[in-house]
Amino acid sequence: MFGLHQRLERRTLALSLAIIVAASIGGLVEIAPLFTIHQTVEDAPDMRVYTPLELAGRNIYIREGCYACHSQMIRTLRDEVERYGPYSLAVESKYDHPMLWGSKRTGPDLARLGGKYSDAWHVAHLESPRAVVPESVMPAYRWLSRNPLRVSDLPAHLRAQKAVGVPYSDAMIAHAEQDAFGQSAPDSPQAAGVTARYGEATNLRAFDGRPDRLTEMDALVAYLQILGRLTDAAHRPVAAVAR
Amino acid sequence: MAIERDPVTGRLTTGHEWNGIKELDTPVPRPVYFFLVVTTLFCIGYWLLMPAWPLGTTFTRGLLGADERAHVTAAVAEAARDRAGWTARFERADFAAIQADPRLMAIMRETGRTLFGDNCAMCHGRDGAGGPGFPSLRRGTPLWGAAPEEIAETLRVGINSTHPESRVAQMPAFGRDGILKRAEIEAVAAYLRGLADPRLAAAPDAVAGAELFAGNCAACHGADGRGSRETGAPDLADETWIYGDGAQAVFNTIWNGRQGQMPSWEARLALWERRLLALYVADLRAQEPGSAQGSAQGSTR
Amino acid sequence: MIAELTRGERQAALIILCVLAFTGLLMAGFGRESALDFHGALVLALSVAGLFAVIRGYYAPPPDPARLREYFDAPGRAGILLAMGWAVIGMFFGVWVAALLAWPDLNFDSEFTSFGRIRPIHTTGVIFGFGGNALIATSFYVMQRTSRARIRDQLGAWFVLLGYNLFCLLAVTGYALGVTQSKEYAEPEWYADLWLVVVWVVYFAIYLRTLAHRKEPHIYVANWYYLAFILVVAMLHIVNNLAFPISLGSDKSYSLFAGVQDALTEWWYGHNAVAFFLTSGFLGMMYYFLPVRAGRPIYSYRMSIISFWGITFMYMWVGSHHLHYTALPQWVQTLGMTFSIVLLVPSWGSAANALLTLNGAWHKVRDDATLRFMMVSAVFYGLTTFEGSFLAIRSVNSLSHYTDWTVGHVHAGALGWVAMISFGAIYASVPWLWKRERMYSTRLVEAHFWLALGGTVVYVVAMWNSGIIQGLMWRTYTESGTLAYSFVDSVAAMHPYYIARAFGGLLFLTGAVIGCVNIALTIRHAPAPAAAADAEPPAAGQLQPAE
Ligand code: HEC
Ligand code: HEC
Ligand code: HEC
Ligand code: HEM
Ligand code: HEM
Ligand SMILES: [Ca+2]
Ligand SMILES: [Ca+2]
Ligand SMILES: [Cu+2]
Repeated sequence: MFGLHQRLERRTLALSLAIIVAASIGGLVEIAPLFTIHQTVEDAPDMRVYTPLELAGRNIYIREGCYACHSQMIRTLRDEVERYGPYSLAVESKYDHPMLWGSKRTGPDLARLGGKYSDAWHVAHLESPRAVVPESVMPAYRWLSRNPLRVSDLPAHLRAQKAVGVPYSDAMIAHAEQDAFGQSAPDSPQAAGVTARYGEATNLRAFDGRPDRLTEMDALVAYLQILGRLTDAAHRPVAAVAR
Repeated sequence: MAIERDPVTGRLTTGHEWNGIKELDTPVPRPVYFFLVVTTLFCIGYWLLMPAWPLGTTFTRGLLGADERAHVTAAVAEAARDRAGWTARFERADFAAIQADPRLMAIMRETGRTLFGDNCAMCHGRDGAGGPGFPSLRRGTPLWGAAPEEIAETLRVGINSTHPESRVAQMPAFGRDGILKRAEIEAVAAYLRGLADPRLAAAPDAVAGAELFAGNCAACHGADGRGSRETGAPDLADETWIYGDGAQAVFNTIWNGRQGQMPSWEARLALWERRLLALYVADLRAQEPGSAQGSAQGSTR
Repeated sequence: MIAELTRGERQAALIILCVLAFTGLLMAGFGRESALDFHGALVLALSVAGLFAVIRGYYAPPPDPARLREYFDAPGRAGILLAMGWAVIGMFFGVWVAALLAWPDLNFDSEFTSFGRIRPIHTTGVIFGFGGNALIATSFYVMQRTSRARIRDQLGAWFVLLGYNLFCLLAVTGYALGVTQSKEYAEPEWYADLWLVVVWVVYFAIYLRTLAHRKEPHIYVANWYYLAFILVVAMLHIVNNLAFPISLGSDKSYSLFAGVQDALTEWWYGHNAVAFFLTSGFLGMMYYFLPVRAGRPIYSYRMSIISFWGITFMYMWVGSHHLHYTALPQWVQTLGMTFSIVLLVPSWGSAANALLTLNGAWHKVRDDATLRFMMVSAVFYGLTTFEGSFLAIRSVNSLSHYTDWTVGHVHAGALGWVAMISFGAIYASVPWLWKRERMYSTRLVEAHFWLALGGTVVYVVAMWNSGIIQGLMWRTYTESGTLAYSFVDSVAAMHPYYIARAFGGLLFLTGAVIGCVNIALTIRHAPAPAAAADAEPPAAGQLQPAE
């Protein structure tokens, strides 16, 4: 064995090739089957895609680095299930490009956050976390209510999402801008299209409390309120979820 | 380059040299092989017992048939069974009976603290004292009642929540919707501030405000402004304010209206958890010195 | 710098800079309404500045052919200085990030400095800025010495170093502006990722060409590790960063994979960023500088082989230990855990090989802070890999995951191993590179050593405490079988440890600043070596004759 190596270490290319081969095996054996083993991602026929407003909110979540403090992955451990709710399923993030499971919980897990608090609380909390939770170490995000949401590129976002496999329809792409407006202004004429395209259960609200302005706060809160609610699969008993 | 013997270790070198660096040809120490074998054997054993290797469209399940999801489901169910002795009481017994049982009340305080901390404290504060926009649960006239039954119902359906049976409470936007003029709102606001603080009651504005109040507000807040449980309208004469007692805050409330939201907890918390929390909230109120409602429900502390 | 380039290389530099400037112009033009325009302007400005520099030196006389008899160390020197610069920047941000968790209002209400944006500035600054520059600089140094060959491609070496730093600059300025892919340790967006691929290909080409011209039949172990670092990082980088930009005029892209597949790809990458960036490359560094400084032969050539292949093969399996108990199928978690345990053997093999090499040189360890840096780093390497294998066990990970324990483990590795071996290598090579007799002040090296060691210990102990307390608080049950603490209770309990950590970090940062001062003084004021005598064995910058 050591004799063989004496020869290998005299050849630059052979050594490089050996390194590549040795280092490729692990990834291939582990990653490739995730695409071929069907049970890896559970079936959830009720799963819906993010609305354009929620997607924009998700991008703000990414931009601000919320994932540096918050996980979105409830593990299969008793204390996590009892504190946060049913453990997370793979299907729940199947449209998440990229996933935001997180690796650090400086703040609590957010996987089941949707509907837990009111929009007004989220706005107050993001504006000034320590005003509502004195012990918090979360930064204040005051600029979110100031910044108008950029919507002109939402069709391009949906198109790119479609290209990587998220089933957005052409109508969704074409109406992306107006759906973003409609979702945050329930009394506006654009609102009806949102429920038509994304389902009756979609939240239509002035998330930041001001129906007249579409802000980044609207988008982020719309996203936070949908966390864990794209599908009900996780709330069904284990047996029902094919594994 | 020649193979040499290293004087310190007595080992031979390999005979190669790179800018002065040489290598000894020391054999790999025994423990390295030993640990390599031991850890590998451990792995093989573990692979046999647990789900481990992918096989195209499936994977080896392991002899133990272990599955982390089934495992945690069983663990949670077992924990629920272990607690069932007392959680069943919280689910079914009437509140007075629970309050009469010091052991259950001790569990309630201990468990309630965490449940309240993880679910309610974000809005109502860890001590239940509330904050701007979120009512104090300790002081002031309760909106929907301070009896545990009433609190439990509030927790179940929420206030202005998405629950179909939600309690509904809406303060109209008198200014924005053009019902009252700015000067009128200022007058009625002055009257209100006088209600809460008698020293301000004699101001001229306040006197004009009294009439406006009777015409526009008394329907919900009562003629004396002491609030009403039917409409969820708060007591305007007690010492607590949800949205603050500053002139600007009161003006904003009347101009823009309010519709505070309290989520429904029916889907998120189990029945015993909600009933336990109802007692916890009642207990918070009872602990408040000089609380009117408190002693009636009886704190055992 | 320009004077050393041949006429042909000067022309090539002009072409490259023109292409870059044009790319910058395109980015600035098409990237309206996204940070791409800022980055385009940055690229344009830097390449125009480069163009001016090249043009000014263009008519300088051609370089002295005698230079070909010496190693080409100019990029290595620049790389060392850049590494120290990034060390101070990255660790300054580290201290800032640490302070934010203790006093959250220290971001001064600016969006550019909020925690989520400057945390990746810290991680990228230290790992890629500091670590990457140290690796590139030392790899240039080591590959030439151990091959007894001068870098063939002078321009290429500069291109790699400067191009790489451009990548780092695009990355950290991007985060402040909110440009991020959110993939840990791979945060830069698609255009920066693409640029890094170009730089990396050139890097690999240089390495191969230099090795191909070596005058020593065998390739030295350090080069195996550097090679693995270059090759595997390329592989990881390309696969994990596959993404689809929303348009060529936007900084925003969506990763090709989603959900569980994305998660495993990310941690296959993330863990092996640890393995091949923070471990393999630095092992290469250690395999050169430690025996040279100690003046001892490597303890065992055979153990080097076992460790190297063990590490190269097994590390790639263990990324799934970052995803225990998650929605990743359990069989993958099993593989991650089991391979992590076997991995301890080759890891300790290399740590032991380093420490046993010091047999017969322990008196030097006592007297020489530079060698002590290297010795302590090997100890921390052993400690961190042991801790890593321990944390990879599912039941342990159920407690440690998501907590500060992970952060403690990270910094035992990052401060104790990565930073210390780098400082050791830098203190050893600065006098050799600048042809000085020794560092300006050995007492300052000594002071740096104790600050670094003290800072690391304070940091790591604080995080072990806070992490374990945090993990326990989350899962402690009352006697009645309900959770004993709410989440916010655990946040409040962390406060004292966060203050301690910030203090530990400040000590470490102070040490690095002292190091910078000492290096500057060495370059300016330290005496040149009397003869080639006490300098690097066998002779300073001179190429060794062929056999
Ligand atoms: C420095 C770390 C940090 C960052 C960055 C951070 N948070 Fe938090 N977050 C916390 C902490 C600590 C808490 C718990 C205390 C509290 O509620 O404020 C928290 C709580 C929350 C909660 C309440 C969760 C619950 O179930 O009680 C939400 C929602 C939230 N954060 C959203 C966000 C969003 C959105 C972002 C990014 C825009 C963000 N956080 C960034 C630390 C952080
Ligand atoms: C999203 C914020 C929020 C959360 C979380 C929340 N509440 Fe509330 N709660 C409110 C608001 C707002 C009101 C007042 C509604 C109104 O103004 O009409 C309220 C009202 C109440 C009331 C009625 C008070 C009265 O005087 O009748 C009770 C009781 C109560 N909350 C208890 C709880 C408990 C227990 C929890 C946790 C399980 C909880 N709340 C969680 C926002 C919240
Ligand atoms: C349709 C019923 C209704 C009418 C009419 C009404 N209110 Fe209200 N009012 C409410 C309700 C319900 C709330 C509680 C809103 C909440 O908390 O979300 C409220 C809240 C308030 C508050 C805030 C109390 C606090 O604690 O911060 C003020 C002040 C107030 N009302 C004043 C008035 C005045 C003055 C008028 C008449 C001009 C008036 N209300 C008419 C239902 C009404
Ligand atoms: C002055 C010294 C340093 C200080 C004060 C410091 C501080 C910090 C802080 C506060 C965090 C964030 C932890 C959290 O989110 O809770 C962090 C993360 C990190 N730091 Fe440092 N750091 C220092 C040096 C370094 C060095 C030298 C390296 C690498 C060479 C490094 C690598 C990392 C990494 C990889 C992370 C991410 C950890 C994770 O995601 O789990 N740090 N650091
Ligand atoms: C045998 C070697 C090692 C093993 C098995 C190992 C294992 C682990 C494990 C289990 C985690 C925690 C994952 C989690 O719960 O999220 C982790 C995190 C980490 N380790 Fe190691 N480790 C090893 C060596 C090292 C070394 C030498 C470094 C050098 C700096 C290092 C840097 C890191 C970093 C940066 C993280 C944080 C990743 C993140 O969550 O962002 N590790 N490692
Ligand atoms: Ca992390
Ligand atoms: Ca990237
Ligand atoms: Cu790892």
